[in-house]
Amino acid sequence: MVCMSRPLIRLVGQGVRYASRLRGGGSAFPGLVMEKFHPGFVAEALATLPRGVVVVSGTNGKTTTTKMVVQLLESQGLKVFTNRTGSNFVRGVAAALLGEMSLTGKLDADIAVLELDEAHAVHFVKMVKPDYALLLNVLRDQLDRFGEIDTTRRMLSTVAAATTGTVVLNREDPRIHRIADDVATGTNIEYFGLSPKLRAMFPSDDEMRSGVTASEQNLPEAKVALADFAGTCSTFDIEGEEVIGEVNLYGVYNIFNAAAAMALTLEVMGADANRSALIAELAKIAPAFGRGETLNVEGQTLQLLLVKNPSGFRLSLASADAKDYATMIAINDAYADGRDVSWLWDVDFHSLENGGVDMVTGVRAYDMALRLEHDDVTVAHIDENLESALATFIKNSAGKPMRIFCTYTAMLALRKELAKITDVEEIS
Amino acid sequence: MTQARKSLKILQLYPQDMNIYGDWGNTLSLSRRAQAHGFETEIVDYNPGDTFPEDADIIVGGGGQDSGQTIIQDDLLALGNTLKAQAEAGTPMLVICGLYQLFGKEFRTIGGENLKGIGIFDLHTVGGEERLIGNIVEESEEFGTIVGYENHSGLTYLGENVKPLAHVTKGEGNNTEDSGEGARVHNVVGSYLHGSLLPKNPRISDFLIEKAVLNKYGEFTPATLDDSVIERARASAMERPR
Repeated sequence: MVCMSRPLIRLVGQGVRYASRLRGGGSAFPGLVMEKFHPGFVAEALATLPRGVVVVSGTNGKTTTTKMVVQLLESQGLKVFTNRTGSNFVRGVAAALLGEMSLTGKLDADIAVLELDEAHAVHFVKMVKPDYALLLNVLRDQLDRFGEIDTTRRMLSTVAAATTGTVVLNREDPRIHRIADDVATGTNIEYFGLSPKLRAMFPSDDEMRSGVTASEQNLPEAKVALADFAGTCSTFDIEGEEVIGEVNLYGVYNIFNAAAAMALTLEVMGADANRSALIAELAKIAPAFGRGETLNVEGQTLQLLLVKNPSGFRLSLASADAKDYATMIAINDAYADGRDVSWLWDVDFHSLENGGVDMVTGVRAYDMALRLEHDDVTVAHIDENLESALATFIKNSAGKPMRIFCTYTAMLALRKELAKITDVEEIS
Repeated sequence: MTQARKSLKILQLYPQDMNIYGDWGNTLSLSRRAQAHGFETEIVDYNPGDTFPEDADIIVGGGGQDSGQTIIQDDLLALGNTLKAQAEAGTPMLVICGLYQLFGKEFRTIGGENLKGIGIFDLHTVGGEERLIGNIVEESEEFGTIVGYENHSGLTYLGENVKPLAHVTKGEGNNTEDSGEGARVHNVVGSYLHGSLLPKNPRISDFLIEKAVLNKYGEFTPATLDDSVIERARASAMERPR
């Protein structure tokens, strides 16, 4: 095997990818094969791209933001390579490359936009120096994996330090904002942000209990700031000019991340940017799977809302009035969800008081029910089994739109179950 | 039944800088439990630079990032004698993770820095390379089975004048050498367990409430409470892998 030529190794990798897809296997496995036999493969393939490599990272909203960046860059006429499988590890990138390359090994793209998990981004930048990095936020998430928020911040800082062109930072997140100090000399720094009016809607984890809003003094100029929004109509301040755009994504944090995606796109395009095409494309972006995606079940809408940390859960709750919806909450604690369920205690559930929760499910259903009890939220049913809970929930919610707040593995299991009764987009 | 008019003041130590892993859950749960036993409750925050309210009936403190620990360090040391006198006088206290460490004598960080603690517990902590992370179950003579989640890199070693809170049956606890977890002295409970600790371990809440009520009113008649959801949450937590 060690004597195989590189194109041959790639073809083997592409064969493994094809075979494992037939088998319905994991999306990163062929990447693992490449990692073993040709460790420089990803770096070499990406080095051929004329517009370079964009890395998107942060604790919240990576998948949806990456999707936005890809579509916005495509609206500017670029061919974009991305790791849309959601396998955001280095080997996931390798697997995605194998899928996109022609059999002669050519990658037909202008630029790569890669969603990378914080820890894997650190490994990735050792091999590939990104031209651009978009760093979204550091929220209390996955503390059971990384130990401390400060550790996560350091990982993102390493990514910023390795970036050669421009680092786009969230002005409103003090941990991200401070990363500006770690950027290499010669690398540009740009920011996305919020208007003072909206700032109070996005309390940081530090402000969560204190009620004190971060000092607004000395904030740097934002390339794109979300100025205001009402429903799907949003106002952005783009390089000092007020622009109104439509964002059809659920949740205020997604609208905020649209500002992030636009800032990055404008930075990549520079003088070639076509702003009207950008705004037109913005309205066409649909949510990524499980991130506010809406399904149709027996004539009613059912919305899946991925929740994985206190800020995300709080903002999801704030995005609609609970009394208008039937509500289910599904909490698992597998590795991908986070083994530690302590974070549920950092979410304020009082907004569900009016209307209550119709079903609580998942491995940690009783932890969730106990949490709700502490905020005086009534719980109609508790059923640890996801399948039967979903069936009961749908049956009892006749006539009302449904919302399901779910952790990652619960979301995957529920989608699988829902695919039996309605159209659910396949995650390839 | 005049108990309904009686009230307890719960003091949160440093909620701004030392609250992580749902430390709020401990305060909330304690307050709700006290209400269920028939008491009005008042929650008071104490942050660095505030005037310290010396009339608190129960004191609760949480964990923090290393950076949070550095911020509160000097303020806590200045408060040390006051808190120590209150602990010796029998004020019930619960300290988790970061404040548990600083209620000991000393914390030697991995960077070689020596953080002085206030010495309510005869123990010291040494920063470790490895994080002890995972679901944890432990047995205590006073409180029965205690369940929670640990996530710390500090290794804590108890001196002669303090007992562990419990002995670990699943997980690591204070350090990687003995089975002890947490510490107990006077009416003070220290522990590495979050999760949050109190919602799923109501016997500890009841202990803190009983001691506070006895200190203040001289007698305590507990209410009979329905703990069925708590029991189910405990059962599922105990079955979870590390």
